Amino acid sequence: MSGEKVLRLGLSGVIGAAFLPVRAQARAFYNFQTPVTPIARDVLFIHDLFLVIIAILFAAGIGLLLYTVYAHSRRRHRTAATFTQPVGRKQWLWASTPFVALLIIDYVVLGIPALHSIWALADTRGAEMTVQVTAHQWHWQYQYPAYGIGFSSDLSTPARQIDDRAPKDKHFLLEVNHPLVLPTHEKVLLVLASSDVIHAFWVPAFGVKQDVVPGYLRQTWVEIDKPGVYRGQCAELCGVGHAFMPIVVQAVPPAQFQHWVAAERAREAAVQATASATYSEAQLILRGRQIFQSNCAACHQSNGLGLPGAFPPIAAGHPFAASAPMLAALRARGFYRHGLIVEGPVPNHIRIVLHGIPGTPMPSFAAQLSAADIAAVITYERNDFGNHTGDVIEPATVAALKDGH
Amino acid sequence: MNAVTEPHRPYYIPNPSPYPVVLSGALFLLGLGAALRVNALTAGWWVLGAGALLAVYVLFAWFGRVIGESRAGVYGLQEDRAFRWGMLWFITSEVVFFASLFGVLFYERNIAVPWLASFNAPHSALAPFSPWPHFTAQWPNGGPAGQGFEVVNPWGIPALNTLLLLSSGVTVTWAHAGLRAGRRTQLKAGLALTIALGVTFLGFQLHEFSEAYRVLGLTLHSGVYGATFFILTGFHGLHVTIGAIMLAAMLARTWRGDFTPENHFAFEAVTWYWHFVDVVWLMLFVFVYWL
Amino acid sequence: MSAANLSSEQSHAQHHDAPPRGITRWLYATNHKDIGVMYLVFGVLMFFVGGLLAELIRSELLTPTMRVLTPEAYNQVITIHGLVMVFAAVMPITTGFANYLIPLMIGAPDMALPRLNNWGFWLLPAAAVLLVLPWGLKLIGIGTGTIDTGWTMYAPLSIQAGPGADFAFVAVLLLGLSSTMASINILVTVAQQRAPGMSWLRLPVFVWSWVITALLLIAVFPALMAGCIMQITDRHFGTHFFSASGGGDPVLWEHIFWFFGHPEVYILLLPTAGLLPHILATFARKPLYGYKAQVYSFCAIGVMSIVVWAHHMFTSGMPTDVNIYFMLSTMAISVPVAVLFFCWFGTIWRGSMTFETPMLFALGYIVLFGIGGLTGLVLSDAAADQQYHNTYFLVAHFHYALFGGPIMGIFAALYYYLPKMTGRMYSEILGRWHFWLTLAAFNLVFMPQFLLGIAGMPRRIPDYALQFAPLNMVSSIGAFALGATQLLFLYNILRTAFGTSGAVASARVWEGSSGLEFTLPSPPPFHTFATPPAID
Repeated sequence: MSGEKVLRLGLSGVIGAAFLPVRAQARAFYNFQTPVTPIARDVLFIHDLFLVIIAILFAAGIGLLLYTVYAHSRRRHRTAATFTQPVGRKQWLWASTPFVALLIIDYVVLGIPALHSIWALADTRGAEMTVQVTAHQWHWQYQYPAYGIGFSSDLSTPARQIDDRAPKDKHFLLEVNHPLVLPTHEKVLLVLASSDVIHAFWVPAFGVKQDVVPGYLRQTWVEIDKPGVYRGQCAELCGVGHAFMPIVVQAVPPAQFQHWVAAERAREAAVQATASATYSEAQLILRGRQIFQSNCAACHQSNGLGLPGAFPPIAAGHPFAASAPMLAALRARGFYRHGLIVEGPVPNHIRIVLHGIPGTPMPSFAAQLSAADIAAVITYERNDFGNHTGDVIEPATVAALKDGH
Repeated sequence: MNAVTEPHRPYYIPNPSPYPVVLSGALFLLGLGAALRVNALTAGWWVLGAGALLAVYVLFAWFGRVIGESRAGVYGLQEDRAFRWGMLWFITSEVVFFASLFGVLFYERNIAVPWLASFNAPHSALAPFSPWPHFTAQWPNGGPAGQGFEVVNPWGIPALNTLLLLSSGVTVTWAHAGLRAGRRTQLKAGLALTIALGVTFLGFQLHEFSEAYRVLGLTLHSGVYGATFFILTGFHGLHVTIGAIMLAAMLARTWRGDFTPENHFAFEAVTWYWHFVDVVWLMLFVFVYWL
Repeated sequence: MSAANLSSEQSHAQHHDAPPRGITRWLYATNHKDIGVMYLVFGVLMFFVGGLLAELIRSELLTPTMRVLTPEAYNQVITIHGLVMVFAAVMPITTGFANYLIPLMIGAPDMALPRLNNWGFWLLPAAAVLLVLPWGLKLIGIGTGTIDTGWTMYAPLSIQAGPGADFAFVAVLLLGLSSTMASINILVTVAQQRAPGMSWLRLPVFVWSWVITALLLIAVFPALMAGCIMQITDRHFGTHFFSASGGGDPVLWEHIFWFFGHPEVYILLLPTAGLLPHILATFARKPLYGYKAQVYSFCAIGVMSIVVWAHHMFTSGMPTDVNIYFMLSTMAISVPVAVLFFCWFGTIWRGSMTFETPMLFALGYIVLFGIGGLTGLVLSDAAADQQYHNTYFLVAHFHYALFGGPIMGIFAALYYYLPKMTGRMYSEILGRWHFWLTLAAFNLVFMPQFLLGIAGMPRRIPDYALQFAPLNMVSSIGAFALGATQLLFLYNILRTAFGTSGAVASARVWEGSSGLEFTLPSPPPFHTFATPPAID
């Protein structure tokens, strides 16, 4: 390890010298985010090493090129040489040195730290805690099996900022309503799954990027050594909302983490209680608007018009063309008549939100939204966007359908 | 290395020809029709039909043209060699095609299915999270969400089919020997026998598919087993069909008096293709039906 | 279309040396030069189509929330940009050079299978139309536009996609057929049609590069075609090749795609890597350095490129040993590629160089592709790739490799052979402006993207966080400049091909040129080498 330290010190010197003028803002502007896990530090070390090596190789190459262009132009070198290959043992020896050097760079200088890091990354043993991460189109869901808590984490940037109708805040597109909270100095195993297509979990400060594959599990681990908020994004194209499913991790000291767990448990219990509560229409619509903006607006749009051809409108009286399974599903549920979206029966509406429409991008929200939230969003949808059904859905109705299925 | 054996004979360069561009047009229609059809647009059938008709017509005209040129004696040794190499490379690309399908079978059977089951391993840290808690790795496998099905018994129709195709390999070689020795009756008999064996094979294969669907419950929907089974046997069957059609064309040409003991590239090309189809079947029998 | 009288046509063919008139000259072409020219024209046209799509992408990315395209349209545009540039621009152009040049370089009267040659070409426009047709259909209310999954078409996003995906998969099948036919033809031609004395180890390097390219195409394209068929059956016929619920695996598609896709990188690269030494030797007035080393390197690259594909999938969750194998094997490819660089340097070293436009582009190739190659070395590291993968670092890397390599090479080769093909010199001044502006603008576009990737910007997003804004604006401005610069190129080639202002080109065109193609007049007659030339 000490050898590595010396190397690292030397490297930062070289890099510092090479990029002296911009060194001041280097970390913030064009370098990796400051690493906070052992893996991220390894990767940054490799990256810095690479940078130096390819800078040297490039400088050597371009130096030779510029020299020969200068010295062997017709003006300075009237008769061209005629050699076509190395001659004699000495020349062959010289000619082969670059390749020997390249092999050493590949397999020794870079290969050894790479192998070290790959093995470290694969070593998921001895985790003190496990978090299940599930990717959905287009948000993340986190579950803590040891504590019986879990929640989904949605983009919290308001649509108005994305539409350029409001000034953007500092963490535009990298902020969520409910960050993943992890304790520092504990090895945390992340078990990753996907409910629909391939996504990728990526937090640059952790040095971890892991694709999640529907129907399969993936695992990786982090051990964060500094409290703070770390932001990342989905790194595999997963449809139209790919840019809008950030990952925000809040790392807190273990003691504080236990406090958070207790608070979170209490909050979830309160949410459970809402399932049997009754609310006024105004309360439901108010809550429903928030739920809609953070869960539904990515596809159905905040104005409820959807995206013609891809995502059906919620708004009244708008014709719709879509894939055959989507149209069939809508027709079967009474939502689609004469080419227009109409208000179908309430139980069907609830079922669609609870279970999604298989074969289409419409996901299941049963695991992510509470009964009260689903009641709220459906009430909102049926009484806004030009719809005037007057239906008020009680959380208990949703809870009954949820359990009955 | 490529000594030109006929120094005064320039390589035959055909005149401008309408067939290639029209065949491209036909394939465009076929592609467009297929893309429309799978998306439930009725126009797809019409476009597909038009493309198919056009393709058949052009193939007849193009091959007719080449046969005419061959009979007129415009092809020398060099052209003949070019055709041979062309056919060999084409078969090579077909070999890669089937090799990839076998690669898919290998991946699904030896990597994907065990991987899916590995989450349930008794000591796996992932067991509590397994998306398929009751899934075990075995082959045949319809996948964790699949319906049950039975598989085709390899020692029934498939074994018989192996026998049929292997004998057809012998009969086509016998026909070739007849051609080379100038015994045209043997040539015709051999060809006819080969076609008959091929058609019988196809008939059995169709019967097997229908049994699979009606009795065994083995369909395209039967998870990876059904998918790999039908894509491999289906594409092989398609190639046998094409081979049989080409053999029939050879028989027709023989009847017309084409082919001499020295000059019969088309016939040889078809036999190569037929042997290729044979070998693919042997692999199929071993890896799809038997093991 | 009926078979006309054979004997009269035959005599026509043997005795006539002028091209037929009118549109049928092109539609019905059997002449390798005409077909080569069609490939080149089609490829250049598609280069501008793909470039236009690139400008749309960069317009959308000019500011964090620019709304030139909806997120849905953005995904379609990036997908078609990739597919068009790879399959409809670069591959046709290099195939065009193969068709035009290989018979001239080996002293053959034409390609071995002329009608097959024309079929291979005409499948391309058919495929290109199928690819973009869904946009047209959308205008009349059918479907949702083109495929929007990225050119990698990863399942199950591709299974979820609209009808445009079917059009794309069918188009890839046609493209595969086209490439297979072209490759068969090239292999047969090189094996068969060489003039007496043109032994295998006397073949020009370009011909060798295409032999390896054609072998690669035959070895990998059928796999992608099989994969596309499986995508279609998964989408519409209920199979589960790429779906876990039936025991399949989405990652299997990644394997199939990259089993094709990695060799594809070399398929794009090798032909121009084969043309480069010709150009360098001409303007250095020196013989080629390390002929055999280059040929063997091509062979080694060809073989190795087939066994390293999964380095595109280091983050997909493959077992550790598999990752390590693919990392170590990928690193090995750096050796034969370095041999090529070494030979290019050896060819110009102690030459007597002049810097006409083709030479400038050739030297630019060495520099830009060098950056692409060096950053490729970085990406081969399975650990560090955790950070680079699917970021703008990767985007910058493969644009340095594929614009810096093939496209710079294509520019070099077009300027180099344009006087041979048209009989007139292009405008040297415009050519040099084109080079220097391209070099500057290209770096302006893609150098910031390395930094963006390192700073953490993922690829394929239409809106991005605020810290990425300044560099994205620089990159977009660079892209507009790069696009505008290509108009110079267009003007220059059109002026050379159709104008009369350019100086008349001699047979040899360049002072230092060598090779059979430069023994013919410029432009070469319609039929050449009907009797094979003597090779000493």
